[in-house]
Amino acid sequence: MSTQTLPEAGRVRSVVDYYLTMMRTSIVNQFQYRVAQYFYMLGMVAEPVVYLVVWTTIANESGGEINGITTGEFAAYYIVWTLVRNMNIVFGAPYWEWRIREGRMSADLLRPLHPLHNDLAWFAGSKFVLIVLWLPIAAGLTIAFEPTVDPTPLEVVVFSIAIWGAYLLRTMIQSTLGMLCFWTTRGAAIFDLYITTELLLSGRLVPLPLMPDRVETVAAFLPFQWAFFFPIDALVGDRSTAWLLGGLGMQLLWIAISFVAFRIAWRAAIKRFSAVGG
Amino acid sequence: MSAARVAWLFLKVGVLNELQYRVNFVVQLFQSLIQVGTGLAVLALVYSHTDELNGWSESELLTVLGIQILLGGAIRAAVQPNMVQLMEDVREGTLDYALTKPEDAQLLVSVRQFRIWQLTDLVSGAILVAVGLGGVERSVGPLDAIAFGAALSLGGVMIYCFWLLITTGSFWIVRMEHVLELFEGVYQTGRWPVGVYPLWLRYTVTFLVPIAFAVTVPAEAMTSRLDAGTLALSFAFGTALFAFTRWFWRFGLRHYSGASA
Repeated sequence: MSTQTLPEAGRVRSVVDYYLTMMRTSIVNQFQYRVAQYFYMLGMVAEPVVYLVVWTTIANESGGEINGITTGEFAAYYIVWTLVRNMNIVFGAPYWEWRIREGRMSADLLRPLHPLHNDLAWFAGSKFVLIVLWLPIAAGLTIAFEPTVDPTPLEVVVFSIAIWGAYLLRTMIQSTLGMLCFWTTRGAAIFDLYITTELLLSGRLVPLPLMPDRVETVAAFLPFQWAFFFPIDALVGDRSTAWLLGGLGMQLLWIAISFVAFRIAWRAAIKRFSAVGG
Repeated sequence: MSAARVAWLFLKVGVLNELQYRVNFVVQLFQSLIQVGTGLAVLALVYSHTDELNGWSESELLTVLGIQILLGGAIRAAVQPNMVQLMEDVREGTLDYALTKPEDAQLLVSVRQFRIWQLTDLVSGAILVAVGLGGVERSVGPLDAIAFGAALSLGGVMIYCFWLLITTGSFWIVRMEHVLELFEGVYQTGRWPVGVYPLWLRYTVTFLVPIAFAVTVPAEAMTSRLDAGTLALSFAFGTALFAFTRWFWRFGLRHYSGASA
């Protein structure tokens, strides 16, 4: 990376260049550690399989469906869940703590690009590896749980965009939260609280319609479901075009809101920062 | 008895180390409460759609949840930190420091760390078990309690063996840090009685990762469902697994040539 100031037109090109290079590096790097990646992914698959089994059991005990959701639809929901969950893995808040504690922050600040670009590009690259590794897992789950899914072409398109929207939205939320690490070294408790809130209100635990009405109302005013429930439901649900496009709009809105929040938090944080290590 | 003395000494040092960081207790307590709260919310949600899950009532499943949290706390206090350190030592070449000591190496690598604050989960889990049992109609007899203690201890040993087996793998495979996530993920299956799972998964979480032995079997003891055969199987499998782990650890050590200077 050149440290000289570049002319404005060259700047855009060099940022794009940076993204492409980082993504390529990330892909090569992640493919090297396929076994480690698989451990990670298999650990993650346990969670939706547990939810799926529990809800399938209940559905079977009460005549094949709960609130109109059939066992096949549950299976579809939780299989697509695994992909969306992978897209939800971002440079998370705890890593900001690591970055500051280990003294990496100082080096990151010296670069001509904001560290967020590095995080976004690196994890975006690793998504391609994750998606390839995910395919056999999805195939296995499909054989084991027989999902019913019948998406329209529009739903597929919206889903393909929405998973990247989800990635961007969750990166922004987590990075904003990560700014807390500039003030405290004990963010872990707060992050746990965040993860739990997200678990209950994003659709990660159950499809949101199964939640009590009050919870569903609360969730509607929060960003979490747009990074989780929305992409899944766009593909497996049976939704109107207006709902699908409105959902993308909501994603965009929340990305914008969390981006502004991040900018404000970042400005305050960087004023406080006084390098650790080097 | 020198083995017991060594373990006891390490335990004391570990506790003293952790006691320096008292704020961690508050953080841990908070995280423990979140974990219990989430567990309760999930149970409430499930039982708002049904009265009985595979023959288990809500109170009985509360017991299962309690045992899962309790044992999870014990694992995170005593087993996991040791195994993570072992993995790191292999990678960094510092394992030689443990291997050159005159005590048994398996013992040493298993007792070097103890995270006492994790024991908050032991307490919160025990409370959940008690509350759950309060809602169960059948009373818990002394035999049930003994069977519970035996099953839980066996389960703990099996989880330890599983961890050591996997960690021994780091003699061959270098990047093992994701194993922690793998275990944490699979351990969540213990929140539900193993009977709800399809056959292939039931066998996986019984024999491959012995979570059913560690959580469901003790829970069966507490809710008077356990038959002597299951307990005997748990004992036999636990013994065999321990022997195999011991052998595999030595086998791994023979293949380990050290990485430090």
